[in-house]
Amino acid sequence: MSNSDVLIQVKDLYKVFGDKPESVMPMVKAGKSKDEILAETGHTVGLKEIDLEINRGEIFVIMGLSGSGKSTLIRHFNRLIEPTAGEIIVEGTDVMKLNTKELEQFRRHKMSMVFQRFGLMPHYTVLDNVAYGLKIQGVDKSVREQKAVEWLETVGLKGYEEQYPNQLSGGQQQRVGLARALCTDAEILLMDEAFSALDPLIRSEMQDQLIELQHKLNKTIIFITHDLDEALRLGDRIAILKDGLLVQQGEPEEILLNPADEYVEAFVKDVNRARALTVETVMKEPEHRITAETIGEALKEMKRGAYDYGHVVDDSGSYQGTVTQEWLEEEAKGGNADSTWEEADLTETTTITSDAVLETVIPETLEADHPIPVVDEEGQLQGELSRSSLAEVLVDSSETESESVENQKV
Amino acid sequence: MAEKSWLTDIPEMDRSSLLQLRKTMDGAYRDFSREYGDSIEAFFDPLLTFLIWFEKLLLNSPWWLVLGVIAGLAYAASRSAKLTIGVAVSLVVVGYFGMWDDTMRTMSIITVCTLISIVLGIPIGIAMARSNRVQSTVTPMLDIMQTMPAFVYLIPVVMLLGIGRIPGVIAVVIYAIPPVIRLTNLGIRLVDKEVLEAATAYGANPRQRLLGVQLPLAMPTIMAGINQTIMMALAMVVIASMIGVKGLGQPVLKSITNQYFTIGLLNGLAIVVLAIIFDRVSQAYGKRTQAHLGGGHE
Repeated sequence: MSNSDVLIQVKDLYKVFGDKPESVMPMVKAGKSKDEILAETGHTVGLKEIDLEINRGEIFVIMGLSGSGKSTLIRHFNRLIEPTAGEIIVEGTDVMKLNTKELEQFRRHKMSMVFQRFGLMPHYTVLDNVAYGLKIQGVDKSVREQKAVEWLETVGLKGYEEQYPNQLSGGQQQRVGLARALCTDAEILLMDEAFSALDPLIRSEMQDQLIELQHKLNKTIIFITHDLDEALRLGDRIAILKDGLLVQQGEPEEILLNPADEYVEAFVKDVNRARALTVETVMKEPEHRITAETIGEALKEMKRGAYDYGHVVDDSGSYQGTVTQEWLEEEAKGGNADSTWEEADLTETTTITSDAVLETVIPETLEADHPIPVVDEEGQLQGELSRSSLAEVLVDSSETESESVENQKV
Repeated sequence: MAEKSWLTDIPEMDRSSLLQLRKTMDGAYRDFSREYGDSIEAFFDPLLTFLIWFEKLLLNSPWWLVLGVIAGLAYAASRSAKLTIGVAVSLVVVGYFGMWDDTMRTMSIITVCTLISIVLGIPIGIAMARSNRVQSTVTPMLDIMQTMPAFVYLIPVVMLLGIGRIPGVIAVVIYAIPPVIRLTNLGIRLVDKEVLEAATAYGANPRQRLLGVQLPLAMPTIMAGINQTIMMALAMVVIASMIGVKGLGQPVLKSITNQYFTIGLLNGLAIVVLAIIFDRVSQAYGKRTQAHLGGGHE
């Protein structure tokens, strides 16, 4: 999903909390630290020098610990919080320059928001909650209720229309929150720690649902979280905030494999890599590609190269199976040296796909005697995943980390 | 010790200046009431007409009709047969002891005072919730209204409007309005920030936020305020009777001066009966309509 159609641009955004934020701006720009400014002026620097570009149709995750300014940042997109300086441009419109009426229209049609503690209206039924955005827009009752019913069904809450939010569980309430956000058909979805208040099991269920919905709807989603696992799972791109400053932004693998500084590294340390990385990031070029058409030829090819296994591909590059020298010799002895791959019975044809999460391919990789082939949707051989490269990426960081800690102790 | 020292005695204004001050203020106020008394009275005329009409309505209708209407209202508000029967029986008992007319008079003035308090109080409460500056100006005024002895502000009201129903209503409203203002303000300020933020994020304008979110969610608190206002209005009945407001207060006042223990007690109990009816019915109404806000899953 790497189209470079920029939908939202954040330019040089600053937010200072306090009585006279403008008066502190020179100090902030001069690079004084948050603590210095707080001590000298009593103002808190919330965000500093934020520059972001968010593409249409991607899930952009903004991650940081509490106090890093991530919730402040997301509230700038729809101006629930006014910035001290800077611009946010959505499709060429500077959100900061909208007047009250324009801003209301912008909020009604362009963006919708999902909240950490759901933000549902306790005095409205589930149905009325989902239809809330349309009600504010002045859409007819029958139209908006029909739409709300559809969205409730999409999020799996059919039959709960007449309940009140406090009769639902946390997960169900957040589904209502999600349905409400989707019901307005806004292009941009702001999700402020939307799943953080949920149990781990429900949370991962909701993440799956979001990913599934996103495949269908292709919204632009800005997702805030403090959980790197969640960020890696959902994000097409991730930005990491620390003390109101953008530390690193990039694709999940980039952040996982090349953390920009110690702060990011500390985050990345505890990540379950098996769950966060896909085969694509770890696989290598297939070393032994066998293009021969018969068993005999393949055996020759293999002996010439002095290797003992290979992935058989046909002319179009499509994967047929994996053969070992041992098996080829046996077949040749059995008088099948001239048989083509169709005639021969290729027994080893286990493959994995490049977008699979590492965790799911661990069994196959460990069971196979040789690197396991990776194919794309059309069955083309793309690469191979060996036990050693899998092991390497899974143990890597935690090993080195603990070693260095031990060294320091000594 | 002929000389007074500021060490032993508090420095005092000398008598003549104090007298002067009093004269000036009294004079100014007297002039003011002479100048504007009539027009202010005229301003309140529609209210007076309504008061008299409402009182006559309650007094002239047959007792069983009034009783039926009150019981019907109680049932509509509370949906509780037990409470409705309780209301009817206690009113019959009050009537049986010969206090029906006075009870109706008191009920009419309390109803009107409560309505005025709500109509004035809720908008003031909303204004307070919107602006900290309004809140810090109004709060001390409410403090004065609640702590200043009622007799003291009866004086200017009587000077201005004489005795009768209107000054009575004004005195009762001044005394009874603070709770509804305070609790409207409080209720709106306590509305969950995230719910309000959600409304804003979906593009709700201030009116949609107020009517759709803030007031409905503040309603339990506002209802508590209205309830308090009714109770305080009832507490003023005796004092208001000193400036000519007819009703259950006058027999009580009479029995204080003449030491009629039983009459005082009976009329006092009738006030209690009214208070309990108003209280239970309004509470039950509040609970019933806000049922989905409390309890539940959580």
